[in-house]
Amino acid sequence: MKKPAVLDIDAILDDRGTRIIVCCGAGGVGKTTTAAALGLRAAERGRCVVVLTVDPARRLAQSMGLTELDNTPRLISESDGGGQLFAMMLDMKRTFDEIIEAHADPERARQILSNPFYQSLSSSFSGTQEYMAMEKLGQLRRSNEWDLIIVDTPPSRSALDFLDAPERLGRFLDGRFIRLLTAPAKAGGRSAFRLLNAGFGIVAGAMTKLLGAQVLTDLQTFVSALDAVFGGFRQRAELTYKLLQAPGTAFVVVAAPERDAMREASYFVERLAEERMPLAGLVVNRVHESPAATLSGVRSAAAAEDLAAKGEHELTAAVLRLHTGRMQLAAREHREQEHFVSAHPTVPVAQVAAMAEDVHDLEGLRRIGELLANAPG
Amino acid sequence: MDSADTDWDGVRLHVVTGKGGTGKTTVAAALALALASGGHKVLLVEVEGRQGIAQIFDLPPLPYEERRIAVAPSGGDVYALAIDPEEAMLEYMEMFYGMRRAGRALTKMGVVDFATTVAPGFRDVLVTGKTTEAVRRRGKDGKRVYDAVVLDAPPTGRITRFLNVTQEVAGLAKVGPIKNHSDLVHGVVKSPETAVHFVTLLEEMPVQETLDGIAEVRTAGLATGGIFINMVRESLLPQATLDAAAQGRFDIGDLALGLKSAGLADGADATSLAEGLAEEIVEHARRTELEQQERESLGEAALPRYELPLLTDGVDLAGLYELAESIRTQGAA
Ligand SMILES: Nc1ncnc2c1ncn2[C@@H]1O[C@H](COP(=O)(O)OP(=O)(O)O)[C@@H](O)[C@H]1O
Ligand SMILES: Nc1ncnc2c1ncn2[C@@H]1O[C@H](COP(=O)(O)OP(=O)(O)O)[C@@H](O)[C@H]1O
Ligand SMILES: [Mg+2]
Ligand SMILES: [Mg+2]
Repeated sequence: MKKPAVLDIDAILDDRGTRIIVCCGAGGVGKTTTAAALGLRAAERGRCVVVLTVDPARRLAQSMGLTELDNTPRLISESDGGGQLFAMMLDMKRTFDEIIEAHADPERARQILSNPFYQSLSSSFSGTQEYMAMEKLGQLRRSNEWDLIIVDTPPSRSALDFLDAPERLGRFLDGRFIRLLTAPAKAGGRSAFRLLNAGFGIVAGAMTKLLGAQVLTDLQTFVSALDAVFGGFRQRAELTYKLLQAPGTAFVVVAAPERDAMREASYFVERLAEERMPLAGLVVNRVHESPAATLSGVRSAAAAEDLAAKGEHELTAAVLRLHTGRMQLAAREHREQEHFVSAHPTVPVAQVAAMAEDVHDLEGLRRIGELLANAPG
Repeated sequence: MDSADTDWDGVRLHVVTGKGGTGKTTVAAALALALASGGHKVLLVEVEGRQGIAQIFDLPPLPYEERRIAVAPSGGDVYALAIDPEEAMLEYMEMFYGMRRAGRALTKMGVVDFATTVAPGFRDVLVTGKTTEAVRRRGKDGKRVYDAVVLDAPPTGRITRFLNVTQEVAGLAKVGPIKNHSDLVHGVVKSPETAVHFVTLLEEMPVQETLDGIAEVRTAGLATGGIFINMVRESLLPQATLDAAAQGRFDIGDLALGLKSAGLADGADATSLAEGLAEEIVEHARRTELEQQERESLGEAALPRYELPLLTDGVDLAGLYELAESIRTQGAA
């Protein structure tokens, strides 16, 4: 394989100019693990870090003492060099509620919070989690309490969702239907239906027939109340977006050495370039190497057959077959990485071996951190 | 039709869920093939707009239309349908209210898009509505059109909300046809004709999610089906060897002799190669042990379990039939 540039994680962590690290990638590749491992390593190298995680595996969360979803950073560990590691789990509904409370007068806030459409939107809109992760990142950054913020991104199928969701929510709130629903409020609160065209009459009629009259009223209340709040919200999202383009930000793209995940990583890397967002490099996680790589898969397979034909050393034959499988897997993983490297020859890469066990404590995170930094402990 | 008993005789709606990426679409497709085999007619439904069925059967994108996509082993047909909520809405309004024009207006103004975005419950009720309609549908002869419907469902984290439409929609629409409609869906989903199957891998997070999902589905009063353990690696070594290796014990001397006999290495080379291979074996044994622990955790759920092999070259059409065959021999279909 053409050798990619090496991702120098320690240089990034040690650079006081690095203020935000965003870990992104396809679902299940190890974003949360990488974010936590980077946080621990940075803290042990003397930085005051907060890791904003979205969905840590249960045992990892427990071992870090993150048992409650309370939206506040908790101190996880302190190191001799004065470094500190804080971590928090994102509570998206609460973050959303807080924005509403901060932007609307109490009466209006109450109206929004109790509206069934708001409750549905704030707990299950596919994109709310991404939006709120961004919002929380902005809040942490503005608080200026930490000199490094590491963000884990939500478990969406596609890594691009993290960048696209806020805009999608914005676009959605600017949609035609929303404008129709809010028009009467803007025109002085007169009835929606008199002011609008016949098309809307049909729509309102159909909706009333399908859903009952209450739904339309709820929807209108929701939309006009939200409209009053969202101007400020959208502006904040734009500010956070700018933050992501700032020089103190570093994106770490995480991928597994598999086709879909590597392809996703490729898209993401290209997208970051388009958005002028600073890419630190690619982490290829859960790589399988063999401690007996000098014996090729082909030779190993042939030898296993040879032994079987001779009817001797049954166990050795089994071991050789197992080794063949391992070498084939390693070769497949290599090929998947090669595609990425030839398409993006300048992107620095770090590889992290697959552990035999899941990573669920600080010890495991420390080990991953060492592998990330290419500094076996 | 064959008369062999299967574990899910009487179930007509098979809901397949699992953590993302564990193989829901693959298992749903294989299950549909297995259920169809022996002359049955099965509908495979997908709802997430990803065209996963088309991909797996190597077909161009599926329209919103039931069409035959595969023939099962020893006769039987698999039909497929990719449900689009907007189309389902139009069809529904026309069918029950003759409101085609209003339906179009709703779509054009972005209302459907709006409603299904702010309130995924609406989207779900349209999708499950269409699915359960296919389950209930009868032909001219009064018999059900499909012997079974297999639903490639949303992931475990969303499955209960997805199926529990009545509750989800209740807060939004208290009266009216959508409410009535969701009650109808509820009738099918809660009946013994429906079972929720879980796909998992022998890894910690998917197993945990499966156990949580099973508990949630049970609490919601829905019927659980089986657990499909996917991508299982065959173990090539005897259990005693694995047990010892998991403790870090593996006889290098014997291995070195074997390597020598196979003409791979000699003397010190044989020993160092044997050491490398032994390391590999120990790791393999540890992982096998962990996998066994995950299997035991899954046992707590007390549901039938089926194991599907990891296909080393990925899932192609032949692989899909292989999985279907495995599902049948294990009695799941
Ligand atoms: N290098 C590794 N070796 C072994 N297990 C790993 C490794 N990296 C991550 N894992 C495990 O994989 C699972 C998914 O990782 P996670 O970080 O939660 O992924 P994501 O956040 O991308 O969904 C977790 O159980 C984690 O412990
Ligand atoms: N038994 C199997 N052996 C090998 N690969 C598999 C197996 N089952 C699924 N896969 C592969 O795993 C990936 C995810 O499977 P898919 O069915 O799309 O999962 P989901 O629908 O849960 O996201 C696909 O690339 C698929 O080909
Ligand atoms: Mg995660
Ligand atoms: Mg799928």
